[in-house]
Amino acid sequence: MRYLEEFRDAELVQNILSKINRTVKHPWVIMEICGGQTHSIMQHGIDQLLPAEIELVHGPGCPVCVTSLELVDKALSIASRPNVIFCSFGDMLRVPGSQGDLFSVKAAGGHVRIVYSPLDAVKIAQQNPDKEVVFFAIGFETTAPANAMSVLYAQSLGLRNYSILVSHVTVPPAMHAILGSSTNRVQGFLAAGHVCSVMGYHQYHSISQKYNIPIVVTGFEPLDLLNGILMTVELLEAGTPKVQNAYSRVVSEAGNIPAQAMIKRVFQDCDRNWRGIGFIPQSGWELRPEYSRFDAEKRFEVENIQTRESEICISGQILQGIKKPYQCPAFGKMCTPQNPLGATMVSSEGTCAAYYRYARLEMEEHHE
Amino acid sequence: MCLAVPGKIIELFTTTSMKMGKVDFGGVMREVCLEAVPESKVGDYVIVHAGFALNILSEKEAQDTLAAFRELEEAEFNLDNNEDFTTLD
Repeated sequence: MRYLEEFRDAELVQNILSKINRTVKHPWVIMEICGGQTHSIMQHGIDQLLPAEIELVHGPGCPVCVTSLELVDKALSIASRPNVIFCSFGDMLRVPGSQGDLFSVKAAGGHVRIVYSPLDAVKIAQQNPDKEVVFFAIGFETTAPANAMSVLYAQSLGLRNYSILVSHVTVPPAMHAILGSSTNRVQGFLAAGHVCSVMGYHQYHSISQKYNIPIVVTGFEPLDLLNGILMTVELLEAGTPKVQNAYSRVVSEAGNIPAQAMIKRVFQDCDRNWRGIGFIPQSGWELRPEYSRFDAEKRFEVENIQTRESEICISGQILQGIKKPYQCPAFGKMCTPQNPLGATMVSSEGTCAAYYRYARLEMEEHHE
Repeated sequence: MCLAVPGKIIELFTTTSMKMGKVDFGGVMREVCLEAVPESKVGDYVIVHAGFALNILSEKEAQDTLAAFRELEEAEFNLDNNEDFTTLD
């Protein structure tokens, strides 16, 4: 496909790798924020191509992973109701709640449907006027415009049977939480390219200055990832931390203004609990009061949610780059993608799931 | 989850006053919401996530980036040649 294959060119990969090898002089810890990037790094073996001085740690940018257990339990409760068609991105179906997951609700006769887009859920609501259609609106800034659009579209169609269960989280507060922690190891960030395509990257200058850390906006293909790493290493070696853009074909400093306007119209800032990490103030979005009739949490009274997490799982430390999956006693044994214990194994983009799928050497060493 | 894929707009249309497009992803066609890229036109490449176009891809920036990666090779070639020359000296 055009504009994908060119950015996987093996010869150009070698060009950038040689430049990284010539540039790096000291050991550095770099975090990619986005779960999609973690997956791409593992899939293409980029972590194994890099010189030993560069350690990649994997950030909390997997919305499936960090959606709070309380919201997953609410989703299970709403999806179990007989008059509800519950629509979700496919990744969310295997996410374990305190008891069961959306697959088990579907197996027990619940109307759970996988959709590609929230706009497809609006169409299902149009086609099923006698049912309540609920969309599980998870995601970072990348997904927020599509979710906002679904509400505006349902409103323009005059639909009364469409609502969304909102679990939106935002990247900059999570970066503050990681950098402000006493156990932080991260010295440079690859900022999430598609989050920035919507929001721009002007908001990262203050983070870079406050923590004295380079932040490079990075794409998802092998050349994009290596270029992001190269630019981060150049800034680290030169001792000139600042914000740079390694994904200019998609991202501008200001971002997409019409998309930001859609988000602002429908959502407002709120506090969020991140699964595995905990409470982060003003780290997400909820529906504005004027759109509260589209709020599934208000439409369906869900009470007596008592959450229960696995005691063994160390996903919180993995999400903050403090530990690696093979340091968990349950990894690959009690905890697998088929039977995940916690946040980072549940989604294909979760760090543990990516390490499991692409069988990292460290894992083999650990098993020996 | 935040993956987004470039596709080429083949056709524009409107659904309940929402700007939409038929988009070609290497032979696979999908309907995509173009509300956030009001200036988009047939032939543009858009970056699509969950049925929603996030931005128009800048083909010039893409070509410039690839050209810069190719120049790295030339720079290295020159560097290697200089090293050889130095050794001969």
